[in-house]
Amino acid sequence: MSKFGVLFRTTAVRLSALYLVLFSLCAVFLVFYVTGMSERLLQQQTREAIAVEAAQIEGIYERAGVNGLLRSLERRARQPGANLYVIAGPSGDILAGNVAGLEPGLLDGEGWTSEPFRYQRFTDENRADNHVALAQVLVLDNGLRILVGRDLQEPEKFRVLVRQALVVALGIMGLGALVIWFAIGRNALRRIDRMSEASTKIMGGDLSQRLPASGSGDEFDRLSESLNAMLGRIEKLNEGLKQVSDNIAHDLKTPLTRLRNKAEAALASKEGGNQNGALEEIIGESDQLIRTFNALLMISRVEAGSAVAEMSEVDLSGIVADCVELYQPVAEESALRLEADIQPKVVISGNRELIGQALGNLIDNGIKYAEGAENPLIRVDMKESRGSVVLTVADHGPGVPANMRGEVVKRFVRLDESRTKPGTGLGLSLVGAVVEMHHGSLDLSATDPDGKGLTVRMVFPAGAN
Amino acid sequence: MVSRMKILIVEDDLEAAAYLAKAFREAGIVSDHASDGESGLFMASENAYDVLVVDRMLPRRDGLSLITELRRRGVHTPVLILSALGQVDDRVTGLRAGGDDYLPKPYAFSELLARVEVLGRRKGTPDQDMVYRVGDLELDRLSHSVRRQGKEILLQPREFRLLEYLMKNAGQVVTRTMLLENVWDYHFDPQTNVIDVHVSRLRSKIEKDFDPPLLRTVRGAGYMIKDERTAET
Repeated sequence: MSKFGVLFRTTAVRLSALYLVLFSLCAVFLVFYVTGMSERLLQQQTREAIAVEAAQIEGIYERAGVNGLLRSLERRARQPGANLYVIAGPSGDILAGNVAGLEPGLLDGEGWTSEPFRYQRFTDENRADNHVALAQVLVLDNGLRILVGRDLQEPEKFRVLVRQALVVALGIMGLGALVIWFAIGRNALRRIDRMSEASTKIMGGDLSQRLPASGSGDEFDRLSESLNAMLGRIEKLNEGLKQVSDNIAHDLKTPLTRLRNKAEAALASKEGGNQNGALEEIIGESDQLIRTFNALLMISRVEAGSAVAEMSEVDLSGIVADCVELYQPVAEESALRLEADIQPKVVISGNRELIGQALGNLIDNGIKYAEGAENPLIRVDMKESRGSVVLTVADHGPGVPANMRGEVVKRFVRLDESRTKPGTGLGLSLVGAVVEMHHGSLDLSATDPDGKGLTVRMVFPAGAN
Repeated sequence: MVSRMKILIVEDDLEAAAYLAKAFREAGIVSDHASDGESGLFMASENAYDVLVVDRMLPRRDGLSLITELRRRGVHTPVLILSALGQVDDRVTGLRAGGDDYLPKPYAFSELLARVEVLGRRKGTPDQDMVYRVGDLELDRLSHSVRRQGKEILLQPREFRLLEYLMKNAGQVVTRTMLLENVWDYHFDPQTNVIDVHVSRLRSKIEKDFDPPLLRTVRGAGYMIKDERTAET
């Protein structure tokens, strides 16, 4: 397609063309309306002037007779820019006047000539010239006919002038509009071309590409910005997905291998009792795998935001209290003290299940890693202040080294020291996803001044909306 | 006396359905099978079943639409939904469509069996008993008191609800996830043995000074409260 063809297909140009058509229609209407109105007005003025003069002439005839009338008409006819005067006999033959010839039959009846008529007029060189005029005919009591008229050339000239001026003005405006629209359309087209180029690259797999923005903050920039934000989100999700598939390959192969080994060993063993035990172990391994898969799926779903639909006003105080109560006996079994300081009646907008599970994961981690610590205390605190709700779970276990605190939130990342403990390596990832879904923030730090212990701090926006 | 339970399995995976039918038969439950949503709807409308086990994704009519249509026709047989979708919102949509319970795949058969038995029992007996009794153990739901051999046992509120749920389903296996769902109202996987510790505390309170033991651990499945001395009636 030609460049011009592409340009013509842009919305700007199409809209412009539509405007142009509408504008032209309005302009044509305007031209005819204005000239028609002015013509009518001028004709009306002419008629009034003629009527006044006709009345005067009738008066003169009544006062001064035919001779006075003739004198008066002669004087009037000589004035510059004079009206038309004709005196005709009863049969219609012209006796005197400043008119060279008339359309026949014009002087037959009394009153206004129904339409402007043609007549010949003497020019300075004494030639007859065709003109158009409007006139009134008087029939005197002695049968004489007097025509008083006015030439319509002046109003006609005026009308033509107005029309020409309007047409020229509108023409210039239309042309200007076309040029401007052309420029706008081309500019828009060029920017859209750049956007298409960038999106082609993105579709080619380069998700780090961003759409260009001119920096003017206009509608194209706003579009670019929101599309870029969308791309950022897609890139992040995509990275998450890639990480998950990489991790699945790596971290799920290990338990699958174990599973296979156990099945093989069970098959090889001759004793029935041994086989039953091995099968039970295999079921245990499978359950652990299923658990891992479920946790992975859940994290992906939470990160993709599909659980947002199930957000409602939830009693965070109640959830925290429930969770603490749920884990209290297990903590005690592990010789740990689980203490809580919960501000009552704190309500946030959230998903009860997910918050419960996230907090459960944190307390569970605390119990798992702080078992046998010098200070056997796990503290859960929840407090609302200045528009946000802060929920912390702090233990005095070995903690997480500062350089690993950002890492352990990622999927399947576990500290080497904790690999011997049961777990999927997904607990904190889920916590991170849940906090993000609630538009909150997650922060890991040391509990004790000497860098020991882990404090996980979650901040949620307060209030239910 | 316990009549044999009859259930309908609506599942398009024939191998899975055959496995389920065999496992249910071994547990003393008779089952019919429908392999698509339309025939499942027809069978469930025409025959009286105690429980329907419905897969969520079915050919010709999906599981949720089957349940909605059944309820519209006034069939109130308890339905357990099986689904590969196991997330929080999937459960909510399943229960909203008229399902009574939701079990994500893959599941342990013991979990499915326990849930089907509880659903089948629920059907006949509207839960109006104010006092639950198992052997010499007595739980008064109105005054929130528990007695054994006439002696009052003091329980924490959660322990009371735990015992209440166990006794409501006396003689039936309840799984750990069922306990978490019904006593704590959470549906996640608690991972560690949180529920076991709660149960063992409850057990020590109701059994320490008394005989015989009532609260049994069912290996590989869950817990059951039952008076072993009373013959099946």
